[in-house]
Amino acid sequence: MRRLALCLLTFAVLSGCDDMTTQPKQKVYTPLVAPAKTPSDTVQFEQKPVAPPPVTLALLERGQERFRIYCTPCHSELGDGHGMIVQRGFPPPPSYHIDRLRAAPVEHFYDVITHGYGAMYSYANRVQPADRWAIAAYIRALQLSQHASIADVPADQRGKMQ
Amino acid sequence: MAAIFRPSANLAAKLILLGTAGAFLALIAWWWGFPRTNYVRNVRWTVDQPVPFSHQHHVAGLGIDCRFCHTSVEVASNAGLPPTYTCMTCHSQIWTNAALLAPVRDSLANDKPIVWHRINNLPEYVYFNHSIHIAKGVGCSSCHGAVDRLPLMSKQASFTMGFCTSCHSNPGPNLRPQSEIFNTEWHRTADTPSPAALMKLYHIPDRNLTDCSICHR
Ligand code: HEC
Ligand code: HEC
Ligand code: HEC
Ligand code: HEC
Ligand code: HEC
Ligand code: HEC
Repeated sequence: MRRLALCLLTFAVLSGCDDMTTQPKQKVYTPLVAPAKTPSDTVQFEQKPVAPPPVTLALLERGQERFRIYCTPCHSELGDGHGMIVQRGFPPPPSYHIDRLRAAPVEHFYDVITHGYGAMYSYANRVQPADRWAIAAYIRALQLSQHASIADVPADQRGKMQ
Repeated sequence: MAAIFRPSANLAAKLILLGTAGAFLALIAWWWGFPRTNYVRNVRWTVDQPVPFSHQHHVAGLGIDCRFCHTSVEVASNAGLPPTYTCMTCHSQIWTNAALLAPVRDSLANDKPIVWHRINNLPEYVYFNHSIHIAKGVGCSSCHGAVDRLPLMSKQASFTMGFCTSCHSNPGPNLRPQSEIFNTEWHRTADTPSPAALMKLYHIPDRNLTDCSICHR
């Protein structure tokens, strides 16, 4: 009986020990990690260019979501360039609805995201190539939305709008 | 020979014995309980960071999405802290002379990452993954609290094992629609789908999520 009590008591005390915490494991944010240099002539993981995907509703929805995360702070939801950061003093970007950008090919938007443009930094490390196409497609849709005429509406639905 | 002890010594001896036993029990309770208190686990304690970065300012004030900075949270186990380059997308043009931001500018100029001090840190024997929680409808604020109200980041939950298992044993009531994951002010309202409907929507299997091997692998 006494031994049992002693045993139980020992376990009770031991349950407070937490020596498991020291089990060295490589975690991402260990301060000693030096800045990784990319070897020349290599493509970083997930930076491999992909072919433009076909434009579908799913692609546009993905593009809208990504656009709202990464681009609206400056370009605003409408793409007119009056986002929150611009209101706080960032140099205003051009509106997407100027003629030059309406005439620009979709590849131009892809390249601006990849390499940046003037005061705008590159988004290559935040937006994967497939998402860049999605954003580019969404910007095109935004442009069309601001310049739509009644002729763009399918004939059978025009009645509803007039 | 006169008695060495007076009769009342009996009581004193009993009290001392009881007291010792009580103190011993209290010691065990303290030994076991103290490491689990919020005080020891640094809940709501701010940490000295190289730059006093404010989530309140950037998230609530400017409306920047978590993923602008914590890019990998949806797809990887770690949410990722923003590299200097991300700060500089804005601060190359805004507050360019602020002394507060000198470490950020130096970091970019010298190609030396800013060393942020960890705030939430699980012991090494625990396996954790952000992406599964985001995909299954657990929002940031369920674990990190209303970060948009924090001028300086601090831990908002104890992150003991009990914290994890209290949700894993019945996740339903903590789930939210996919559109609200990054909304740190979200609360269940009358038109939120029922817990059971959300469990079904996210295909959360009818298995025991408190199995030890889920978190200790
Ligand atoms: C930090 C603010 C900021 C963010 C965020 C931002 N941009 Fe820009 N963007 C600018 C500025 C400023 C310019 C104008 C650059 C110049 O002319 O020097 C610009 C210009 C552009 C242009 C026009 C280029 C041209 O030919 O004139 C496009 C297209 C563009 N951005 C797309 C994007 C996309 C897509 C995103 C999201 C992935 C994005 N931007 C995010 C600030 C930003
Ligand atoms: C403008 C960039 C930016 C945005 C936007 C941002 N964060 Fe952060 N976050 C940081 C930086 C930088 C740190 C590290 C400094 C610190 O701990 O204060 C950090 C730290 C954190 C930490 C603590 C990390 C640790 O050490 O454990 C959490 C949790 C966090 N952020 C959650 C969020 C959530 C949730 C959102 C969206 C509501 C968000 N963040 C939006 C930049 C950002
Ligand atoms: C999307 C743009 C953007 C990004 C990215 C950004 N900031 Fe800021 N930050 C701002 C703006 C705008 C202000 C000034 C707000 C104002 O004028 O009210 C600011 C202010 C600050 C301030 C001083 C003001 C305060 O009260 O906190 C600090 C410090 C700061 N930022 C640090 C950082 C750090 C560190 C990062 C990188 C993790 C970062 N910022 C990323 C836009 C940004
Ligand atoms: C189920 C709880 C939970 C949810 C939901 C959650 N986190 Fe975390 N987060 C943690 C834990 C636990 C850690 C510590 C991880 C470690 O020590 O390895 C952490 C760490 C972090 C860090 C520090 C860097 C890292 O990756 O370790 C950041 C930043 C962060 N979380 C941001 C977020 C954001 C943004 C969201 C919402 C999209 C989010 N978290 C949702 C539990 C959670
Ligand atoms: C608010 C609720 C909640 C909290 C808090 C929470 N989890 Fe989860 N966790 C979930 C849900 C929901 C899933 C998805 C289960 C599924 O569908 O398989 C999950 C899944 C997981 C998985 C993957 C399971 C698998 O094998 O598929 C791990 C690992 C995990 N959680 C670890 C943790 C750890 C560690 C903590 C404490 C830091 C934690 N969780 C806190 C809700 C939560
Ligand atoms: C949902 C995730 C999760 C599950 C499931 C889980 N654990 Fe844990 N466990 C944790 C976390 C997180 C910690 C770290 C707590 C801390 O920081 O002290 C932990 C710590 C521990 C510890 C260290 C002692 C302590 O409490 O600090 C032991 C022992 C342990 N777990 C055993 C188990 C056993 C046995 C099971 C199965 C019944 C289990 N765990 C299931 C997440 C989990």
